[in-house]
Amino acid sequence: MATIIIPTPLRKFTENQSKVVTKGDTVQESIHSLTNVFPELKKHVLNDDGSIKQFVRIYLEDEDINVLDKEETKVESNSTISIIPAIAGGAI
Amino acid sequence: MSDSISFSKAELERYSRHLIIPDFNIEGQRKLKAAKVLVVGTGGLGAPLLQYLTAAGVGTIGIVDFDIVDDSNLQRQVLFSIQDVGRPKVEAAKERLASLNPHINIVTYNTQLTSENALDIIKDFDVVADGTDNFPTRYLVNDACVILGKPNVYASIFRFEGQATVFNYQDGPNYRDLFPTPPPPGLVPSCAEGGVIGVLPGILGSLQANEVIKVITGIGETLSGRLFLYDALTFETRTLKVHKNPDTPTITQLIDYEQFCGIGLDKKSAFDGDEITVEELNQMMIRGDKFHLIDVREPYEYDISNLGGQLIPLAEIEEHVNQIESDQPVVIHCRSGKRSGDAIKKLEKYGFQNLRNLKGGILAWADKIDTEMAKY
Repeated sequence: MATIIIPTPLRKFTENQSKVVTKGDTVQESIHSLTNVFPELKKHVLNDDGSIKQFVRIYLEDEDINVLDKEETKVESNSTISIIPAIAGGAI
Repeated sequence: MSDSISFSKAELERYSRHLIIPDFNIEGQRKLKAAKVLVVGTGGLGAPLLQYLTAAGVGTIGIVDFDIVDDSNLQRQVLFSIQDVGRPKVEAAKERLASLNPHINIVTYNTQLTSENALDIIKDFDVVADGTDNFPTRYLVNDACVILGKPNVYASIFRFEGQATVFNYQDGPNYRDLFPTPPPPGLVPSCAEGGVIGVLPGILGSLQANEVIKVITGIGETLSGRLFLYDALTFETRTLKVHKNPDTPTITQLIDYEQFCGIGLDKKSAFDGDEITVEELNQMMIRGDKFHLIDVREPYEYDISNLGGQLIPLAEIEEHVNQIESDQPVVIHCRSGKRSGDAIKKLEKYGFQNLRNLKGGILAWADKIDTEMAKY
């Protein structure tokens, strides 16, 4: 039951929603719950085998899940998951 | 080293608001004057960065950019004025900054930072501030800083969202620890394609300037090991932890970053198909040739300027395959030619043999055919 914060570049796949409440007890279940509702998002966050793509980072609160239990990291009902994409803008 | 740095009366008066901060004082000001900072990119982030670093009294500021000032820059690049349009950015920037603070040294590089020149340019500076606008240059700046052991003060922006951190500082993480690989081309649009609210680079660039000053003077705690996120729409901020990644390969040399980011490959495939120039399209229109013109931009771009083509945004092109003529030439265009190239790649899967990409997009049309047309 974590809330996932959707970054701007991916909001076009979530009907412009910036936060989505998801189901599941782990980060992986939460993200799959998100991509089930918004299937277009899947290819931008997950590889075909369900793992997280290397050009996005997933955080639980302020911590990178890679230093927790990765996709198996447990979430609580009041947890916040962030999807952090690389963005490059600045000069143009 | 900074003990030998002295100040004139004019400088002491100019910097007096720094000198009376107990933790900063004249020692901090000496460190600023002794410091050499390279700002890569003289755009939305570079504008506040350069102005604040100049005003603060950083002794030597290097500026790298190859672009010229354009009308569409003035919405956010507050370093430039109307009179600067058409001038090289580094030249206009140097003139403006010199008038702001004559006590500092400004070094300009009117060139693109490349794998060939990056180490040479960066080696003489103490700190690099990355205000560039594309993934290949982001990775290039990072890798050059890692090889040379220079801190890389980073910020990037997209629409209403900004990120800032300090990479490669005091054995902290670098860009590749955070993002080992770039996203595939086209997934994250550039600001030129996706837009950016003009104030946002002002906010992020100012934060970047502050981090540069902290790195130089050693005061406070920098953003090294932390990623600051700012959402200008919701006014929410977050600060996340960034760790060194044991899997990050050791960076020992610079590579072909366009290839690393898939840009070259994308460009090649996008332009494999037949292209048509704006002059040729104009002739087709004058002759009254039968052809189907498709515009794959977004509706809000169409409203700024258009050629009267059928509007089918790139993301929806495959849903509208049945509307695309197969028995007459189809000319597809976007803003600059990239998205239309992507559209052609998608459509070719359906067997179309009659697709032509308008080279340079509507920007080329505005440059060469209809100079009254608004560019954006």
